[in-house]
Amino acid sequence: MIEVNKTNFKEEVLKAKGLVMVDFWSPSCGPCKELMPDVHQLAEKYAGQAKFCSLDTTGNKRLAISQKVLGLPTIAFYKDGSKVAELTTEITIDEVEAKLNELK
Amino acid sequence: MAEIYDIVIAGAGPGGLAAGIYGSRSRLKTIILQKGRPGGQAATTEDLENYPGFGRGTTGPALMQAMADHAESFGTEIIRDEVIDVELDGEIKKLKTKSGKEYQAKIVILALGAEPRTLNIKGENKFRGKGVSYCATCDADFFEELDVVVVGNGDAAVEEAMYLTKFAESVTIIVIHDEGILDCNKVSAEKAMANPKIKWVWSSILEEVKGDGLVETILIKNIKTGEITEMPINGVFFFVGTLPKTELVKGKVELNEQGYIVTNEQMETSVPGVYAVGDCRVKYLRQVVTAASDGAIAAVAAEKYLAEEEGFKEQVLSAEEPVMVAFWAPQIEESITALSELEKWLEDSGHGIKLVKIDTYRNQRLVKRYAVDKIPTVLLFHKGELLSKLSGAFSPGELQGQMEIAGA
Ligand SMILES: Cc1cc2nc3c(=O)[nH]c(=O)nc-3n(C[C@H](O)[C@H](O)[C@H](O)COP(=O)(O)OP(=O)(O)OC[C@H]3O[C@@H](n4cnc5c(N)ncnc54)[C@H](O)[C@@H]3O)c2cc1C
Repeated sequence: MIEVNKTNFKEEVLKAKGLVMVDFWSPSCGPCKELMPDVHQLAEKYAGQAKFCSLDTTGNKRLAISQKVLGLPTIAFYKDGSKVAELTTEITIDEVEAKLNELK
Repeated sequence: MAEIYDIVIAGAGPGGLAAGIYGSRSRLKTIILQKGRPGGQAATTEDLENYPGFGRGTTGPALMQAMADHAESFGTEIIRDEVIDVELDGEIKKLKTKSGKEYQAKIVILALGAEPRTLNIKGENKFRGKGVSYCATCDADFFEELDVVVVGNGDAAVEEAMYLTKFAESVTIIVIHDEGILDCNKVSAEKAMANPKIKWVWSSILEEVKGDGLVETILIKNIKTGEITEMPINGVFFFVGTLPKTELVKGKVELNEQGYIVTNEQMETSVPGVYAVGDCRVKYLRQVVTAASDGAIAAVAAEKYLAEEEGFKEQVLSAEEPVMVAFWAPQIEESITALSELEKWLEDSGHGIKLVKIDTYRNQRLVKRYAVDKIPTVLLFHKGELLSKLSGAFSPGELQGQMEIAGA
């Protein structure tokens, strides 16, 4: 997964063609870390079919808020630079996979 | 055949982890099935300063990591998987998981914990992750220099509100009670009252959360005057209690009206060999220390249960010769007399029948299983089968009759 932050978010996500999935998390968020191994596995499984990014919101708070993310974990999907779907707080990996299949 | 574990624990919060420590330390083959990371709710609170021996500065995630390491160091295996179905009746219990596996166990300890209660207020669900939160440690740092409200006034609400003041500009607590009345402990109440960043709105409830994409305002209703005020806000934290995660075992073990699992003092549920610990069971105080205590009790009770079951199986159910099982109680005089008469009679009769004595005071489980309602009671088993039951006083003639049934 590509690590994105306030310096490369525009380039990697907003200017990217096709489907991009962004996992918003932070080290102090237990549920985020619970989900993370599964998210990484998913990224491997669907490698090449979408771009997978991981965004640590610590130090990137304004960026997260600009993306209307104000709660963790959040997984957002972008298509050609605009947000098309979002899953937040109580997320299961099955929901993420279903959403991914729906959008890819 | 798949491996049969002595103990399978569902849930690795403090309750499940303590059960794991005690279980594997007494050399029982113990595993924990945990959906996601171990630690439970306790790993979602930063300030956890009331676990004995761990004072100021202890964090929930650190304490829970230490408990998980502790359990693993004694041999408890923690497997990341969610239990999705259980079969609890019978001697060998089965637990099906999301990954498609099935685990078999002689003992199941349910340590399923609880999850935050939602109020279903207008906008609450819509703004989840958009300013509505149930987890201060997860989301607090978004609210640096911003204003938040906390809904609720129990221990968790007031303590999390204080944690939030380290980040937010202001934290307003909406309290349903009259001014000055809080459900939380006195120490936290006093601390919060003295905290300059905390503001209070009394006699009020949250009516609605509003915004455009992110939370912008809330409507607060004063329950005395009926007056509704709109307040600009960035975040709304709900700490209004929890609900037990017991959907999985509904209809399989006894639950109370609120869905909590009913247990006795040994943490036994209504199903033999199935125990429940921590926040998911009916109890007075739901904290880390009491969850851990429950876990210890359940594992020790389970160990004794296994020993008794194995003993009964060996001595009675798998014995070659017919076995008489006599239920007595030390405080029932006539049962003591009856027992010694029985012993003598057996000796004289030369039937070669084995006698096993059960102290009903110590072994309530067998009393229940064989519906022993009078003491003394004599059961006759042969080759694992119950052939006859004599309740209350028994005469030599009746005993002779039992012998004939056994063909001895
Ligand atoms: C915000 C907050 C602050 C708190 N502060 C304190 C405090 O300062 N001090 C204190 O003593 N207590 C505190 N508590 C209470 C304390 O966290 C709980 O009492 C304690 O965690 C209960 O432990 P438990 O093991 O019963 O359940 P939980 O901690 O809820 O753990 C249950 C575990 O089981 C897992 N699980 C559930 N269902 C399944 C399934 N089907 N398959 C697999 N795994 C499953 C869950 O994922 C979870 O990890 C706080 C609670 C909250 C919410």
